[in-house]
Amino acid sequence: IDYTGTDPSSPCNKCLSPNETPCVCTINFTLEQSFEGNVFMYYGLSNFYQNHRRYVKSRDDSQLNGDPSALLNPSKECEPYRRNEDKPIAPCGAIANSMFNDTLELFLVGNESDPTPIILKKKGIAWWTDKNVKFRNPPGGDIPLEERFKGTTKPVNWVKPVYMLDSDQDNNGFINEDFIVWMRTAALPTFRKLYRLIERTNDLHPTLPAGRYYLNITYNYPVHSFDGRKRMILSTISWMGGKNPFLGIAYIAIGSISFLLGVVLLVINHKYRNSSNTADITI
Amino acid sequence: MVVLSITAVKDGIDDMKRHKNDNQVNNRSVLVLMNGRAVVKFQSRHTGIQCSFSYRIVTDKWMNIQVGDIIKLENNQLVTADILLLSSSEPYSLTYIETAELDGETNLKVKQAISVTSDMEDNLKLLSAFDGEVRCESPNNRLDRFTGTLTYKGKNYILNHDRLIFRGCVIRNTDWCYGLVVFTGKWRKLQCSPVPSVTVVIDDNNHGPDTKVMQNGGKSAFKRTHIDHLMNVLVLWIFLFLCGMCFILAIGHYIWENKKGYYFRDFLPWKEYVSSSVVSSVLIFWSYFIILNTMVPISLYVSVEIIRLGNSFYINWDRKMFYELKNTPAQARTTTLNEELGQVKYVFSDKTGTLTRNIMTFSKCSINGKFYGIWDSDEQNLKLATGHSGELECKEGKKGLPGSAQLVSYGMDLFQKTEKVDFSYNRLADPKFSFYDKTLVEAVKRGDRWVHLFFVSLSLCHTVIPEEKVEGELVYQAQSPDEGALVTAARNFGFVFRSRTSETIMVVEMGETRIYKLLAILDFNNVRKRMSVIVRTPENRVMLFCKGADTILCQLLHPSCRSLRDVTMEHLDDFASDGLRTLMVAYRELDNAFFQDWSRKHSEAFLSLEDRENKISIVYEEIEKDLMLLGATAIEDKLQDGVPETIITLSQAKIKIWVLTGDKQETAVNIAYACNIFDDEMDGMFIVEGEDNETVWQELRSAREKMKPQSLLESDPIDDYLTTKPRIPFKIPEEVPSGNYGLVINGYSLAHALEGNLELELLQTACMCKGVICCRMTPLQKAQVVELVKRYKKVVTLAIGDGANDVSMIKGIKQALWLRSFWGFFAAAHIGVGISGQEGMQAMLNSDFAFSQFCYLQRLLLVHGRWSYNRMCKFLSYFFYKNFAFTLVHFWYAFYSGFSAQTVYDTWFITFYNLVYTSLPVLGLSLFDQDVNETWSLRFPELYEPGQHNLYFNKKEFVKCLVHGIYSSLVLFFIPMGTIHNSVRTDGKEISDYQSFSTIVQTSLLCVVTMQIALETTYWTMISHIFTWGSLGFYFCILFFLYSDGLCLMFPNVFQLLGVARNTLDWPQVWLSVVLSMVLCMLPVIGYHFLKPLFWPVRVDKVIDRIHHCMSHPLPPRIRTRLKHAGSRRSAYAFSHKQGFGALITSGKTLKAKFPKKNSFPFKK
Repeated sequence: IDYTGTDPSSPCNKCLSPNETPCVCTINFTLEQSFEGNVFMYYGLSNFYQNHRRYVKSRDDSQLNGDPSALLNPSKECEPYRRNEDKPIAPCGAIANSMFNDTLELFLVGNESDPTPIILKKKGIAWWTDKNVKFRNPPGGDIPLEERFKGTTKPVNWVKPVYMLDSDQDNNGFINEDFIVWMRTAALPTFRKLYRLIERTNDLHPTLPAGRYYLNITYNYPVHSFDGRKRMILSTISWMGGKNPFLGIAYIAIGSISFLLGVVLLVINHKYRNSSNTADITI
Repeated sequence: MVVLSITAVKDGIDDMKRHKNDNQVNNRSVLVLMNGRAVVKFQSRHTGIQCSFSYRIVTDKWMNIQVGDIIKLENNQLVTADILLLSSSEPYSLTYIETAELDGETNLKVKQAISVTSDMEDNLKLLSAFDGEVRCESPNNRLDRFTGTLTYKGKNYILNHDRLIFRGCVIRNTDWCYGLVVFTGKWRKLQCSPVPSVTVVIDDNNHGPDTKVMQNGGKSAFKRTHIDHLMNVLVLWIFLFLCGMCFILAIGHYIWENKKGYYFRDFLPWKEYVSSSVVSSVLIFWSYFIILNTMVPISLYVSVEIIRLGNSFYINWDRKMFYELKNTPAQARTTTLNEELGQVKYVFSDKTGTLTRNIMTFSKCSINGKFYGIWDSDEQNLKLATGHSGELECKEGKKGLPGSAQLVSYGMDLFQKTEKVDFSYNRLADPKFSFYDKTLVEAVKRGDRWVHLFFVSLSLCHTVIPEEKVEGELVYQAQSPDEGALVTAARNFGFVFRSRTSETIMVVEMGETRIYKLLAILDFNNVRKRMSVIVRTPENRVMLFCKGADTILCQLLHPSCRSLRDVTMEHLDDFASDGLRTLMVAYRELDNAFFQDWSRKHSEAFLSLEDRENKISIVYEEIEKDLMLLGATAIEDKLQDGVPETIITLSQAKIKIWVLTGDKQETAVNIAYACNIFDDEMDGMFIVEGEDNETVWQELRSAREKMKPQSLLESDPIDDYLTTKPRIPFKIPEEVPSGNYGLVINGYSLAHALEGNLELELLQTACMCKGVICCRMTPLQKAQVVELVKRYKKVVTLAIGDGANDVSMIKGIKQALWLRSFWGFFAAAHIGVGISGQEGMQAMLNSDFAFSQFCYLQRLLLVHGRWSYNRMCKFLSYFFYKNFAFTLVHFWYAFYSGFSAQTVYDTWFITFYNLVYTSLPVLGLSLFDQDVNETWSLRFPELYEPGQHNLYFNKKEFVKCLVHGIYSSLVLFFIPMGTIHNSVRTDGKEISDYQSFSTIVQTSLLCVVTMQIALETTYWTMISHIFTWGSLGFYFCILFFLYSDGLCLMFPNVFQLLGVARNTLDWPQVWLSVVLSMVLCMLPVIGYHFLKPLFWPVRVDKVIDRIHHCMSHPLPPRIRTRLKHAGSRRSAYAFSHKQGFGALITSGKTLKAKFPKKNSFPFKK
């Protein structure tokens, strides 16, 4: 569901003007079918060059790994988001600076008048290795996170500093999963990133029954300037992963081409093999 | 850096080897007369004369010899400077030299010192006081001309070429001689190609430097292979292609920055120094230049060197090219020319010592109408069986087939039947001599009168000089090997020519010493084609023994032996058909009175001043008539083992063989027939022997007209060429003549033919012929011919030879070849092959490849050359392909990453790709691959053809590689892209991130590339399995290692891809996409490989097809085709060898002059 709001009729159109902060808009949609099993909620961005070379480079993995020296003295790759007002930025770099910061909330509009909010799980959206190995907060045991990040400043575009991303200690600072997901840069300019999990509660009810829903968006992230698009995607997962018909189509196509080619070659072979054999060489 | 240093080390080792060889030559010791300095003036200013204080001879190194030194040379020493003969141990200061290294002739030549100096003999005092002044012409390339004057004690003496001993000669039969060094020429420099050659400039006119001026003759050029050139051109292409791509990307970047990047600056600001998108795109151009530079294969050069090195080791290690008798393996002396061996189109061969062994053997004879010796066919089989190891080896390729075993056993039977004749009854027999017919020995033992007379005549009628250093060990010094063979034969049958003095010949006849009185020698010349001796036997009978060409001798026979003549002629026909050289032997008993009478006439004729030659020959004819026929001999000019077979095989491989020889025309043609360069099915043979431009031109024209009438009618491209744009070499189109023709051209004509416009005419004609024989050639001409073909035909040429006279031909680097007084610069064949055989080591030292038997050439070319070429081609195409496939992915990715010079792969992969992941399999492929094994490649020489036309790697193939690489990179980019686009892992987590994407692309790329090499490999060994699959496995190991927790935690900024491998590769869709990419990349290749032989069949494909067929169904035993020489030819040329010495005797020296020389022999013993 595109909620960029370029279309004037879109509810989010109003958020395009920079004056309206914070801007909240609501988008209604209907699920024709109910979603069984776990449902994944993604946000999708397009025309967003996360794979630009300077963008990809603009991070400091040591800092993200919790290295205290790198925390206060980030890598030069982070320029120009390395220091702000003489304080090192944590997390530094363009990637972190441009972190996606819309807030999405999903409500099921039941038969009754009051909509039920869908429980969106924040944790478990990043790779295990990223969450537990690659990203670490600065060391410090029981010291509050704020102390550990002392001497650093927040990225320029951020509203809150990194240690206030979440109230949960396990999901705060560098190990905030939204952050981790964002930091894993996409390969293509059009991409989607996992935002929330909607876990199935019991076997009897579908996770998301068919019906009317509305999406509540706190619109913070500007994409209009570079002609970007923002979407919200709800998806279930099969054993093969996400819904991507490419491989299937490709296989079928290649398979049939191969078969055709095989037949053609067989015919050619029969026709020519004889002639080449008869033209025997005499040595 | 690595690339350069490896190459440097390799070349360094090559140089070291050469220097070692050089030093050997340079440090040969020579005896120099100290303080004996004469002044050699090259028509120039005078310099001071050193006074002599002490007279001693010191040993010095050759390299320190200077012009003006007086040196002492001893028997069998190699002369390494042009020296003016002063005196020698022999009477009249005669000195015998062998000029094998100059012109390939092994007979002795005589030089004589001028009388004034010869008186000095070995008086050191006189010699060192010698202070003459030599004025001579500047060095030139004429071997038979020299003019100069010696001023000594105020008198002038004329010097001609008889006084001069040229460098490269070997002193023979002369204990010592003294000489004055006239030209040194710095031979040692010539030995060594990397050292700049040296010229000596003799300034004639303006009184320049009095001795010699050394000049650097320019850096010697490397021998480069065609593939090297092609490679360089291609690298340039790639470079341009790269620039083009970078330019496109830079423009793309400019557009992108304008359209998107400008607005994207909220999230990704431009660098502060980037003021506009133009600046940015200039930067991007260079960024892409760096990223895409993997396309320019730098490591290619190293790999190519390694492959060549490997392939030359194969040549060195080849046991089938190891000559046991001499314990010499084949040697690849340069490692850079291997693949060129697979492309040879023209072989230029020396004759003596290369095709032939330069050994004449007495193989058959017919005495008084009775035939002795074994029939040819038997002999062939015998040879096969009796451990002629070389020959067996050469036939190895064919030996693997069933059937030859029977042949061998048959040969063994035959061998037992006709064992070597036992000469043990004869104490003086030469142990090396072998003869296979017992009946002759029995006849000798029985005391058959005719047989005895036959051998007596053989042992008397010759001009051989015996040498008996150790008692019982006779060594004959013959002017022609034919004579040597005959005398040796007589010796073995019990008629030992023991020694000669001026008036007697001592022969040990069946153990009994008899002394014949030598009355006259009627020497050989080309018109007479016979020689006779007149002796007085111990019984006081005067006998004339004559031997000569059958055609001549027949007419001189006494009518009474007509029937015998017919029988003998029949035998002679048989001999000739076996390719043997034949001679007739006859005798005449003379009346004492008649002889006296004749003797008077003879001396009269000799003393007559005018028209002496003519008169003498009339006198000779008077006595040489009414001869009684004794019999005929047949001498085999022994070819090296397997030569005819080799030549047949090579010509089947469409390699043209030209024989360039210093020999006589008849000999050369004879040999050409014997070794199948010419055969009787040929439609014609042209002999060009004109003496001036016009006739040569006429002869060439008429030859061409006969071969292909229309070629003259058409507008001649050469004429056009000559009229329009001379000086630019162009490629002469291949013309197919209507039939097989041979061309024989001799040295004089060639000298004309090589001038100006005629050389193209010559080339055009010669190239249409099946075989070309050039005889009477100087070494320079050899090089010129090679150069001619090389320049205009643009094909790979190979020169093979064994003597120093072939060096110019073999040596491809520009070098000054010193020959007498000649400096010249030329580059010759692409490949030089030296045979370490009879004529010394010169050729070997200068060659690129060296082995000891001609027949190894077929193995070198057809097996090693072909393999090297095929491997190199496969390697190159694969190497280019893999780099294209690797690099171009970046190009496609640029369109999705804002042309930001973002790489697809992680940096470690880029580093390792060429170095680790793909280097071993491709090296394995190019070192171990064989498309067909050696048996088949020898069996089907046609397989060699693609190399000659350079079919396997040329610009077209390169474009194919390029297209293939582009296609693969497209697949490799878009399949993974489609796979990850908007897709997620099974647990909903993301997969479409950059790092996962690069991992997928990397993995697919390696799989595809590995599969590709697996397809290319036709010969799987354990090593190729290990290399190919091992590399792939190794990739995964490295991948997991690099992406492991520990490493990444240690250096988080260096190894950023923590856990990517684990998270990506456990996802089935990744593997599905890898398989898909593989299938997609392979399909067109397989299809192409399948369709190509069907739609565009090349001959080779058919052959390979047939080989596969043969391999599945064993062949029926192959019927060996016997090499039968045609019966229609007569080969009575034995005497043609002898001209050298005969000329000396008849050219002005009286018989008297000759005799005293022989007096010395008793002293020598």
